[in-house]
Amino acid sequence: MTAIAPYRCAARRANDGFGRLLHAEWTKFRTVRGWVVAILLAPLLIVAVAFLQRSECGIGNPLPNGTTFNSACPASPIGPGGEAVTDSFYFAHQAVSGNGSITARITSLTGVYPAHGGHMAAAANPLAGYQPGVQPWAKAGIMISASTAQGSAYAAMLVTGTHGTRMQWDYTGDAAGRPGAASATAPRWLRITRSGDTVLGYDSPDGTHWTLVKTVSVPGLPATAQVGLFTTSPSYQVIKTSFGGSSGTGGQTLATGRFDNVRVAWAGAGTTWTGTSVGAQGTGPAGVRSGPPGPDPFKGKFTQAAGAYTVSGAGDIAPDVPEAADGNGMSAQNALIGTVVGLIAVIIVAALFMTAEYRRGLVRLTFAASPRRGRVLAAKAVVIGLVTFVAGLAGAVIALPLGIRQLRDGGNYVLPMSALTEARMLAGVAAVLAVAAVLALALGTLARRGVTAVTVVIVVIFLPFLLGTLQGLLPLGAQEWLLRLTPAAAFAVIQVVPAYHQVLAPYSAANGYFPLSWWAGFGVLCLWAAGALTAAAYLLRRRDV
Amino acid sequence: MSAVGGVTAPGAAAPGAAAPRLAALHAEWTKLRTLPGTFALLVAVAALTIAVSAATAAAYDCRAGAGCLAAATGADPAKISLTGLDVGQVLVAVLAVLAVGGEYGTGMIRVTFTAMPRRLFVLTSKAAVVTGLTLASSLVAVLGSVLAGRLLLPARGLSAANGYTLLSLADGADLRATLGSVLYLTLIALLALGVTAAVRDSGVAIGIVLGLLFLFPILAAFVPGRTLARHLEQASPLIAGQYIEATTGLRSLPLTPWQGLGVLALWAAGALLIGGLVLRLRDA
Repeated sequence: MTAIAPYRCAARRANDGFGRLLHAEWTKFRTVRGWVVAILLAPLLIVAVAFLQRSECGIGNPLPNGTTFNSACPASPIGPGGEAVTDSFYFAHQAVSGNGSITARITSLTGVYPAHGGHMAAAANPLAGYQPGVQPWAKAGIMISASTAQGSAYAAMLVTGTHGTRMQWDYTGDAAGRPGAASATAPRWLRITRSGDTVLGYDSPDGTHWTLVKTVSVPGLPATAQVGLFTTSPSYQVIKTSFGGSSGTGGQTLATGRFDNVRVAWAGAGTTWTGTSVGAQGTGPAGVRSGPPGPDPFKGKFTQAAGAYTVSGAGDIAPDVPEAADGNGMSAQNALIGTVVGLIAVIIVAALFMTAEYRRGLVRLTFAASPRRGRVLAAKAVVIGLVTFVAGLAGAVIALPLGIRQLRDGGNYVLPMSALTEARMLAGVAAVLAVAAVLALALGTLARRGVTAVTVVIVVIFLPFLLGTLQGLLPLGAQEWLLRLTPAAAFAVIQVVPAYHQVLAPYSAANGYFPLSWWAGFGVLCLWAAGALTAAAYLLRRRDV
Repeated sequence: MSAVGGVTAPGAAAPGAAAPRLAALHAEWTKLRTLPGTFALLVAVAALTIAVSAATAAAYDCRAGAGCLAAATGADPAKISLTGLDVGQVLVAVLAVLAVGGEYGTGMIRVTFTAMPRRLFVLTSKAAVVTGLTLASSLVAVLGSVLAGRLLLPARGLSAANGYTLLSLADGADLRATLGSVLYLTLIALLALGVTAAVRDSGVAIGIVLGLLFLFPILAAFVPGRTLARHLEQASPLIAGQYIEATTGLRSLPLTPWQGLGVLALWAAGALLIGGLVLRLRDA
């Protein structure tokens, strides 16, 4: 008897490596014409929607005085951080050099606002139809500012209408101090101390016991800066948060702050104050004076008598956010909204990428050739993820500049953004599409059947975005929760301007504000994908093909 | 007929041969009736539609104050009560897609066309059976939704005290919204049927149908130009079709309710036409 050598496969070991598997899945993908067409369609759809972003800013807006406003929307000043800002207020100031401090006591902050929204009524009395009432974020206080030009670096201690004492700096910074409003019986003492680039803000109820609110760094302050008293009052905005979504209406407002016990402890400080109306108050539709000619109370004024100062002003010192009453910019994120459209094509292909194996029985061959089923799933995920990432990136890279150009061609002012934000948006769009494709693949694996898989991926990935962003479909609270919990949260990657609590605006997804930050939203999508992929891998192993 | 064959003697009329239309109808009814998912889907259409409608009505909350008056909110009790249609239509579309696409998935379609070579008969029979089933299911879904709205909404602030007219089938506009919504769901089924006949694959077909339904609202909402957005709304099978639900603010709609439903009917007719042509001209 001769020993028979057992059979050994002659194929090289490397042939069952993951690279081979990837190659196999890539071949399966690229040889189905419909899938390739659909994946190529995704970037085309993204670009096509960017192309539709053409809209004329301001044209056709009738003004109360009978004319029509039809010039381009003006640009906003740029703050020290590079962001667009609103910067209009009345400033009674003097120039000081080096380090020092300014102290003041505020005894009241009052205001008027239009009773039914709208603009000034008659030339004789511009404030006819106004009623007393201070805006929640009306501000009066002391400030150190680089200059009186709009967009200057600054730090300020201030009293607000209903949000207590605050320290604010460089437009986006905001820290809370003592709560409560200022009044004659409960005045507020404020102090700012400069030490180089560092500014310290203090508040006090009595002028003797001081509390440090915040120490901030304001690198934009020159050696000689302007210090003084200021007042401003943002436009009145009624944000209707009814079932139908949110919308804002309103008009200009005016606030008046009363100061005394003003002490400027600075080398070279005098007793003469210069009054400057910073910026063009009364934005109306985009900076155009909508009222009749005559004295304009919204320019603000400043009076001084026996150590008491009265400063009144209108406007806001805050970041320019889309849809805010005093904002006039549009966010570039509108250019990438086509991602949602491209997403449909992507998730359908990704789901079919798995279900087609089951439909044709190919899955038996696939698993016979590669018995480790989890690796097949991983290979498919890598292939569909990479293909989608590349397609999505290509679409986004073309769509963003195109959409911005379309907006600008219509006269819109597009809010500036940093290169980092831009890169995050582009990579974010590609990554969202890729991870959504992986999620769709996993759901397709769970469903095994094309029609179920496609329905499930559209209901799970796409429908929440629709329900969460379109006005009037659901109550606002429900919409926010949808955009926190479902994969649609990931669309926050295209959001440019965050919501600022110190600026009143209709913050809703319909207006481009997502409830989660971009990284948290993307994380939610990744969690969904990871969960579905784990379940799919487990079921693949457990069940028969 | 013996149990052995089922072979009919030549010359003798095969069952239903005198009325091939009826035979086709009966065959389609049998096929759809014996699919395991059909009745689950029909029940789900009604149950989910009513559940989502009721949840939306219960989520409405604006009970007192000037801001809650009918003139201030512009809320439409009928439209709120029929919110569940947004979900119901997905299931209706799935049902219709499966009625055609299921046969392509299993290869049954070749048997069907061998037995009934007049393919348009097959398509019209399928359409008739799906229409009948969808009508029945949507009638339950819509009536249940309206009833839920009638019971829930007055307590949530859409009351006569706030100036709203309560939902009532005796009211002309409410009756139109109710019956129109049943037709809406049925037309969605026909649209899905036509698309599936044209593309022959269930997965692709449901993708196209849902894309067609949901893309227009997204585009109309995020296109900044008002004129373009209005045209998109007018052309959208979902938005224009759901004008039939509106009972207030009809003047601000770009189309009348029946015109809106007509837009959806045109989409459905177009899809059926293309599906029929493709079915006739192409190999199975």
